Amino acid sequence: MSRIEKRLASLNGKKALVAFYTAGDPDLSASKDIFAVIEKNGADIIEIGVPFSDPLADGPTIQASSHRSLQNGTTLKKIIQLVADIRKTSELPIILMTSFNPVLVYGQKEFVADAVKAGVDGVIIPDLPPEEAEEFLGLAEGLDMVFLLAPTSTPSRIEQVGKISKGFIYYISLTGTTGTKESLSAGLEEKVDEIKKSVSLPVLVGFGVSGPEQAKQAAQISDGVIIGSAIVKLIEAHSDPAERDLKLAEFLASIKKAINP
Amino acid sequence: MNKHNLPDAKGHYGKFGGKYVIETLMPALQELQTLYEEAKEDPKFKEDLSYYLKHYVGRPTALYFAERLTKHLGGAKIYLKREDLTHTGAHKINNTIGSALLTQRMGKKRVIAETGAGQHGVATATAASLFGLECDVFMGEEDMKRQSLNVFKMRLLGANVIPVTSGTRTLKDATSEAIRNWITTVETTHYIIGSVVGPHPYPMIVRDFQKIIGEESTRQIMEMEGRLPDTCVACVGGGSNSMGLFYPFLKNNEVKLVGVEAAGLGVDTDKHGASLTKGSPGVLHGMKSYLLHDDGGQVTEAHSISAGLDYPGVGCEHSYLKDSGRATYASITDAEALEGFKLLCTKEGIIPALESSHAIAHVAKLAPKMKKDEIILVCLSGRGDKDVNQIADRMGVSL
Repeated sequence: MSRIEKRLASLNGKKALVAFYTAGDPDLSASKDIFAVIEKNGADIIEIGVPFSDPLADGPTIQASSHRSLQNGTTLKKIIQLVADIRKTSELPIILMTSFNPVLVYGQKEFVADAVKAGVDGVIIPDLPPEEAEEFLGLAEGLDMVFLLAPTSTPSRIEQVGKISKGFIYYISLTGTTGTKESLSAGLEEKVDEIKKSVSLPVLVGFGVSGPEQAKQAAQISDGVIIGSAIVKLIEAHSDPAERDLKLAEFLASIKKAINP
Repeated sequence: MNKHNLPDAKGHYGKFGGKYVIETLMPALQELQTLYEEAKEDPKFKEDLSYYLKHYVGRPTALYFAERLTKHLGGAKIYLKREDLTHTGAHKINNTIGSALLTQRMGKKRVIAETGAGQHGVATATAASLFGLECDVFMGEEDMKRQSLNVFKMRLLGANVIPVTSGTRTLKDATSEAIRNWITTVETTHYIIGSVVGPHPYPMIVRDFQKIIGEESTRQIMEMEGRLPDTCVACVGGGSNSMGLFYPFLKNNEVKLVGVEAAGLGVDTDKHGASLTKGSPGVLHGMKSYLLHDDGGQVTEAHSISAGLDYPGVGCEHSYLKDSGRATYASITDAEALEGFKLLCTKEGIIPALESSHAIAHVAKLAPKMKKDEIILVCLSGRGDKDVNQIADRMGVSL
């Protein structure tokens, strides 16, 4: 069993909290501190975002965060080093969320080897759908590749993704890009039900889950929530590290409480 | 027989192409492919398309023997395929009419587009007006400045022009923003991509709508010269006019195909748009193709005097043709393109688009080295009205 699978299995029906933030925003040393704060405040899995110049699935918050990170000189190599460093003191499952091009340029084989060695547990590559993932999957020994499903996914795609995804299914709660939204999409419950009927993996809900109320609703109908833009916004808004860590802790605690009352 | 029957079933051109997009869009791409395959076999669709191409766009466009230019250069005979004479003044309309008809067939009421020089934006706004569709065009703020005339035209035609302020504020970011909008509106909106780029089936559909350039050229040159040209030349940004010209000639191995990229300030500087000449394989905007990017996989800025060639990627079929050796790719600097522009103005009385001026500038290098009985067929992809202000600025003339 992988770290991700173990962690999710250990929840025994409790809802999972997955937290996302962009590596290198505001800088890589802060990224290590932020990881510790998120871990301490109850995240079950941490998704570390790899910045990309053209993040097509991201709304303005993560786009701006990616941009700041790249301005700081963040690279995939440095992020893998960051994970190795974090792994010395943490056993929390770590997923890298990245666009495909940085991985392709790194070398798919070399990337897998270096990531596994550093202690990365899984990857989410939104622009590498099952149709294009064959080569990477063949090389990804030791990494759980988490695939996504969306409100537009057809029954046959749900079945296909259910077969190849590892760890969990990332359900995109809305037809849109990442970012905080006023409310969850209509039809969310029906779609998650539909997926859960044909897939045995846990289904976690992300994109547009921004506060405790939405997290609570999303968790009631799924196996957990993924929160990204709201965290990135919080980090952006507080340049003082002590205050940032405090606000982050409060926010995560409120989510944790909302999903597992 | 045409041996080049690509893409394959998965939308790959050798190792290039594909569908590198988020799950949300995958079903729409599948639907588009099915719908397109039905449409292209449907006599009614074919009839409608050729009706509008003939009576509205003004096809077939002329193939014109550029006699004074030929004499001036002193070598091969130069023929111009006059896409600049189409309604809206560039080849882009061939694709937008076809795509608007597909949109109608889908029952969708809204289209979106990205635009660099504004030619594709104007062509999409035109087709949207013609077929009563709502139209939003994404355009980089920087390009809106360079191409203010086209911005105004799009608005006159009833389209919304949405300024894109992210990244380099040019075509790359306009494309990214259009894709993001499509991710959000895919259930009601058709995205009309302006070039042979993007996820499958787009590069194939746009090529198919543009191949009329090469089909007409073949027929016309056979009538005028009784034989095929020795060399075809066209500019390459995303590469739709060149793909449209090249495609019908792919089976004729004796016809050389030459694409001309933007060398900007020079391919050895970091200010150019020559993805095929200087890039390496990468994934951007839903496809694998040659790409300008750094050693961390971050896409780098392209540069060209011409907004339409100012793009760090290139159509995936061109990447395939480059690697297979069937086509070759040259590049022309900003300064050379301006010379090409002036040459056509003064020798033939034709004001070409800056994009097409790159092709002319390359012909000016090529023709003198060829024999007088050889033939070059060059795609004059668009007219230069949109560029006149920018060129006046550069010449220090205030209008």
